[in-house]
Amino acid sequence: MLNQSKIKNQFPIFSHKKDGKPLVFLDSASSTQKPKIVIDVLKNYYETSYANVHRGIYDLSEKSTEAYEKSRKTISKFINAKSAKEIIFTRNTTESINLIAYSFGNSNINKNDEIIVSALEHHSNLVPWQELAKRKHAKLKIIPLKKDLTLDFESYKKLLTKKTKIVAITAMSNVTGTIVPIEKFVKEARKYNAKILIDGAQSVPHLKTDVQKIDCDFLVFSAHKMLGPTGVGILYGKEATLDDMPPFLYGGDMISEVKQFNSSYAELPNKFEAGTPNIADVIAFEKAIEFIEEIGLENIEKHEKSLLKYAKEKFSKYPEVKLYTPKDCKNAGGILSFTVKGIHPHDLATIFNEDNVCIRTGQHCAAPLVESLGEIALNRMSFYVYNDFNDIDIAKKSLKKALKLFK
Amino acid sequence: MDLFSETILDHYKHPSNKGSLKNPTITISEVNPLCGDKLKIDLKIDSKNRIKEIGITPQGCAISTASASLLSEKLIGKSLKEIEALTEKDIFKMLGIEINPGRIKCAMLPLVTIKKALLMKELKEKK
Ligand SMILES: Cc1ncc(COP(=O)(O)O)c(C=O)c1O
Repeated sequence: MLNQSKIKNQFPIFSHKKDGKPLVFLDSASSTQKPKIVIDVLKNYYETSYANVHRGIYDLSEKSTEAYEKSRKTISKFINAKSAKEIIFTRNTTESINLIAYSFGNSNINKNDEIIVSALEHHSNLVPWQELAKRKHAKLKIIPLKKDLTLDFESYKKLLTKKTKIVAITAMSNVTGTIVPIEKFVKEARKYNAKILIDGAQSVPHLKTDVQKIDCDFLVFSAHKMLGPTGVGILYGKEATLDDMPPFLYGGDMISEVKQFNSSYAELPNKFEAGTPNIADVIAFEKAIEFIEEIGLENIEKHEKSLLKYAKEKFSKYPEVKLYTPKDCKNAGGILSFTVKGIHPHDLATIFNEDNVCIRTGQHCAAPLVESLGEIALNRMSFYVYNDFNDIDIAKKSLKKALKLFK
Repeated sequence: MDLFSETILDHYKHPSNKGSLKNPTITISEVNPLCGDKLKIDLKIDSKNRIKEIGITPQGCAISTASASLLSEKLIGKSLKEIEALTEKDIFKMLGIEINPGRIKCAMLPLVTIKKALLMKELKEKK
């Protein structure tokens, strides 16, 4: 177990109670809370060291550039990229995926080509591909889900053809928590020369990720889901793949030479970072990564598995509760979706909220998936470094209260 | 617990005027895209443009279901003009609870649905 009280103490938000009730935050899959060191860096940077990057000759600007690029380096090491050039800063996972769908998609996908996604995708890794397929008259194929809530690998093998240009799949579902064995999926795609994008929005904050070992072409994730600030997304791309792609946005910072009627473009990573970037938040994100590394991803994963196991035990005791999680905890991250017979998720969340327990309800930006499970909406608890068994006990008490009320 | 008063829970568990009508004057279905709630309403309107019968098929949370149930009771015998004049305030008063901003959509879904139905009827008649 992690030293929970010591970790919780480092997140200022947990010192604020609501009507004397402590905050039980069970919605980290949506976005996590921030440790003090991340908040402090933001404040400190604006107060003492702020200037634009890549522009000024003066000290402040050079220092800003240095700190911004240092964060890029730290991120590249965190996912074991070959070089920092392979890390592009965007606004969030969604923007990273759109960048690829436009830049790579527009220049590589043609009529009758095929794009493969999975039934587990978040809207942000589904809708950009639907649109690309429409623009290019390409075909969108979907890897089905098995009854045990894992992806059907055998069907995937059959979906791949010589026409498959890109496979875009999540490494962990934000609804069922299913962990996808992505290395197996990458190997298969390679046989057809298809590019492969991994949506790591849920996996990178919780599981050790090594892009060289995975051998994916792209990996995308968001800082705000891993203790970092909002407004920072990461796009990792293999250098050769990114080199072959045209820019996504045009303007300042991404050019090498500009003439009146023609321009040439900067090298990686600047080629994909037009305009003044989100400097302060990128710099603060580095602190979040250091915080995670200090605890250790192996420890985080172990901790979340024990929370998941505990929550499953506690919640499955109620016959009204139906869990939507892979049977084996081995195949799932720290996410537990469920329904309660006779209580609509919105009503349940309202009752939990009275006890200062935050859970997510609704379709979780994955409407096709939730509907395929036969539900109109789900409740979801998700865990991170600051959660403990006590949080789950409090949530269980709220559940008991709701069941009594709606009896 | 303010939101889930006895009245709300009672109407949620046993909605009034539940079910479809035979030969309704209008039928309309509405979805709340945020939570996936669905509501179908059948209306029978008499020659004096008053609501004669109402049938609701709710599939949603306690707030939207109770709102539909209470509203269905309130609307029988009302003229279409009177219904058009109903506002958010009337709905909150009818529910008798405090609605936080996140749940206003749920509370309003039934009235919004009925107003939409009446508008459709008007448009159809103009054609
Ligand atoms: C699996 C997955 N992909 C993509 C996203 C989108 O992330 P963002 O909102 O940061 O763009 C999320 C966030 O909920 C997610 O869970």
